[in-house]
Amino acid sequence: MKKHIADFVIAEKKTIGSSYFTLLLKSPEALPEILPGQFVEVEVPDNKEVFLRRPISIHDVDYAANTITLLVQVVGKGTRTLSQLAEGRTLNLVYPLGNGFAIDGQKPLLVGGGAGIAPLLYTAKKYSEKGIRPAILLGGRTAELIPVKEEFRPYGEMFFATEDGSLGEKGLVTQHPAFGQSYDSILTCGPTPMMKAVARHALQNGIRCQVSLENTMACGVGACLCCVTKTDHGHRCVCKDGPVFDVKDMTEWAES
Amino acid sequence: MLDVKIHNLSLKNPVLTASGTFGYGEEFADFIDLSRLGGIIVKGTTGSHREGNAYPRMAETPSGMLNAVGLQNAGVDVFCQKTYPRICDIDTNIIVNVSGSSIEEYCETAAKIDALDKIPAIELNISCPNVKKGGMGFGTDPKMAAQVVGEVRKVYHKTLIVKLTPNVTSIADIAKAVEEAGADSVSLINTMLGMAVDVERRRPVLSTITGGLSGPAVKPVAVRMVWQVAKAVKIPVIGLGGIASANDALEFLMAGATAVQIGTANFLDPTVTVKVVDGLQDYLNRHNIKDIHDIIGMI
Ligand SMILES: Cc1cc2nc3c(=O)[nH]c(=O)nc-3n(C[C@H](O)[C@H](O)[C@H](O)COP(=O)(O)OP(=O)(O)OC[C@H]3O[C@@H](n4cnc5c(N)ncnc54)[C@H](O)[C@@H]3O)c2cc1C
Ligand SMILES: Cc1cc2nc3c(=O)[nH]c(=O)nc-3n(C[C@H](O)[C@H](O)[C@H](O)COP(=O)(O)O)c2cc1C
Ligand code: FES
Repeated sequence: MKKHIADFVIAEKKTIGSSYFTLLLKSPEALPEILPGQFVEVEVPDNKEVFLRRPISIHDVDYAANTITLLVQVVGKGTRTLSQLAEGRTLNLVYPLGNGFAIDGQKPLLVGGGAGIAPLLYTAKKYSEKGIRPAILLGGRTAELIPVKEEFRPYGEMFFATEDGSLGEKGLVTQHPAFGQSYDSILTCGPTPMMKAVARHALQNGIRCQVSLENTMACGVGACLCCVTKTDHGHRCVCKDGPVFDVKDMTEWAES
Repeated sequence: MLDVKIHNLSLKNPVLTASGTFGYGEEFADFIDLSRLGGIIVKGTTGSHREGNAYPRMAETPSGMLNAVGLQNAGVDVFCQKTYPRICDIDTNIIVNVSGSSIEEYCETAAKIDALDKIPAIELNISCPNVKKGGMGFGTDPKMAAQVVGEVRKVYHKTLIVKLTPNVTSIADIAKAVEEAGADSVSLINTMLGMAVDVERRRPVLSTITGGLSGPAVKPVAVRMVWQVAKAVKIPVIGLGGIASANDALEFLMAGATAVQIGTANFLDPTVTVKVVDGLQDYLNRHNIKDIHDIIGMI
C-alpha cells in the first residue's frame, strides 16, 4: 500500500472528558484505501521540545467527506500540544502506516482499553460492512476514561468494565462475563498488561487473536529499527511488521 | 553542476542517505524518486544475523534523538541473496555499511560485498557505539583503525569509505591513520555517545543505558570535525550529522566535505533528501556558481 505525506486541515476538534480529544482532519487529496488498525505519524507543530512525529491510530475514516478522525489521550508534551491546536490549522501526516487488523471470524470480540479504543471503531465498521456484528468490550479505570462509547453501538453489542464500577461491570475487561463467552476471533488494543492477559486467554483456548502494540517510534516506516518488539521469531518492527501481531507468534511476549 | 566524485565513485549530486536511517531505500520509495539521490547507504551489515539490543532503543532529546539499535540486521549472506537482487537496479549508488566485531568479520563481509557487481563502494563502520564488542573500539585508536582498514583493503577492491566516530580526542589523527592504511574516503560523524534518564521511572530510558546521539543537536560538532579532518587528509571527506536542509549541507561542503549524508532528518520529513538536492541547485543558481566544487572546502 502506497504511503503518503500530506497537510491535513483540522476541520473539527472535540474535547472528551479531562484527558481525551478527537481531531477531524480533512485531506487535501482523495484518501487512499485505509485498513483498520493502521496509523498516522503526525508532526507536532509549535513545540520545540517535540522533535519526532507521534504515532496515532486512525479512529475513523469518511471517504465521502475525505476525512479521518484521530482519538488522542493527552499523556505528555506532544499530545498536549496537539490538543491545543485551533481548528483550521494544518497538520502534516505520514500515512497510512502499518499492517492493520485482519477482519476475520464469524463471532469476533473487540477488546479495547483507554486510548487503545481508538483503532477499534473503524475496525468495528469494517466488520459491519461484512454483515458481522462483533461483541465490543471496552474498559478503563473509570467511565470517564472510556472516551468513546455510543459511537460503537450501531456496529456491535457493547459491554463495559471499569475498575471503580462507574460503568458496566466492576473489574478488568478479562473479568467481564462477556469475555469468557465463545468467540472465533479476538482483536485487542490497550495497555500492555491488558493485551497480554487477553493474549494468554486466547492462546489457552485456541482462539485466533490479534494484538495492536504501541512502542515508541522514530521513522514509522521500518527504516530505523527503533520500535521493535520481541516475537517468537526475533525482533520485528511494530511500525511495519505491526502494529498488529497474531498472538501465535507472540507466545513468549504473552507470558512475559 | 552538482556531480562529485569520491575516489572512483561518481555521484550525480553530493546527497547520500546515512546508514541505519534509510533502511534499504525501499522504505522511502513511496515518498521520493530514489534515483534523484547521489547514493543510498544501507543499514549496517555484519558477518551473521544480529538481533540487536532490547527495546527501548530510542529516546527523544532536544533537537535530536538517542538510539541503541545495535546493528540489527539479517547478515551479509541474506543481504547478498535476498536484499541485493531487490535493490540493485535502483538508479543510484547503493553503498553497503559494513560493521563487525572482529577484523575477520569485517574482512569476510567486505569480500562478499566486493563480489556484488552493482555495489560500487562500502562504508566501513568502525564507529558504532551500540555494540559491546568491536564497533567503536576500532575507531577510537589510530593503530587499531589502521589495522582493520589495512586488512579490509587487501580483500576489498572498490571504493572504500571509512566511517569515523566523534567520540575521540583527535579525529584528525584517526583520519590520517586510516588514510595511510588505504582508505579512499572518510565519512563523519557517526553518533555521539549520550544518555537519558526517565526521572519518573528513575532509570535510563535506553535498555543499554547509553546510546548514540544524532540530529540537529550534533551538527556544529560535526561541521567542526569535518573542517578539521578535511585540513588533515587528502582523500575526500563525506560530512554528516544533523543535516536537515540545503543550508546545513552547504555548511559541511564549505567546511571541506565533498559529499554529505542525511540521517535522522528522514524521520521528520521522508522527502527531505530531494529537498536538499533541489536546495543545493537553487543555491548555485542564486549565487551564479556553475560547479559545486567552487564552494567545496572554501573555508
Ligand atoms: C501504532 C501506535 C498507535 C497509537 N495510537 C494512539 C491513539 O490512537 N491515541 C493515543 O492517544 N495514543 C496513541 N498511541 C500512543 C501515542 O503515540 C503516545 O501517547 C504519544 O506518542 C505520546 O507523546 P507525548 O509527546 O504526548 O508524550 P511524551 O512527552 O513523549 O511522553 C509522555 C509519557 O508518555 C509515554 N509514552 C510515549 N510514547 C508512548 C507510546 N507510544 N505508547 C505509550 N506511552 C507512550 C512516555 O513513556 C511518557 O511516560 C499510539 C502509539 C502507537 C505506536
Ligand atoms: C536509528 C539509527 C541507526 C543507525 N544505524 C547505523 C548503522 O547501522 N551504521 C552506521 O554506520 N551508522 C548508523 N547510524 C548513524 C547515522 O548513519 C549517522 O552517522 C548519525 O545518525 C548522524 O547523522 P544524522 O544526525 O543526520 O542522523 C544510525 C543512526 C540512527 C539514528
Ligand atoms: S519506527 Fe523506525 S523502524 Fe519502526
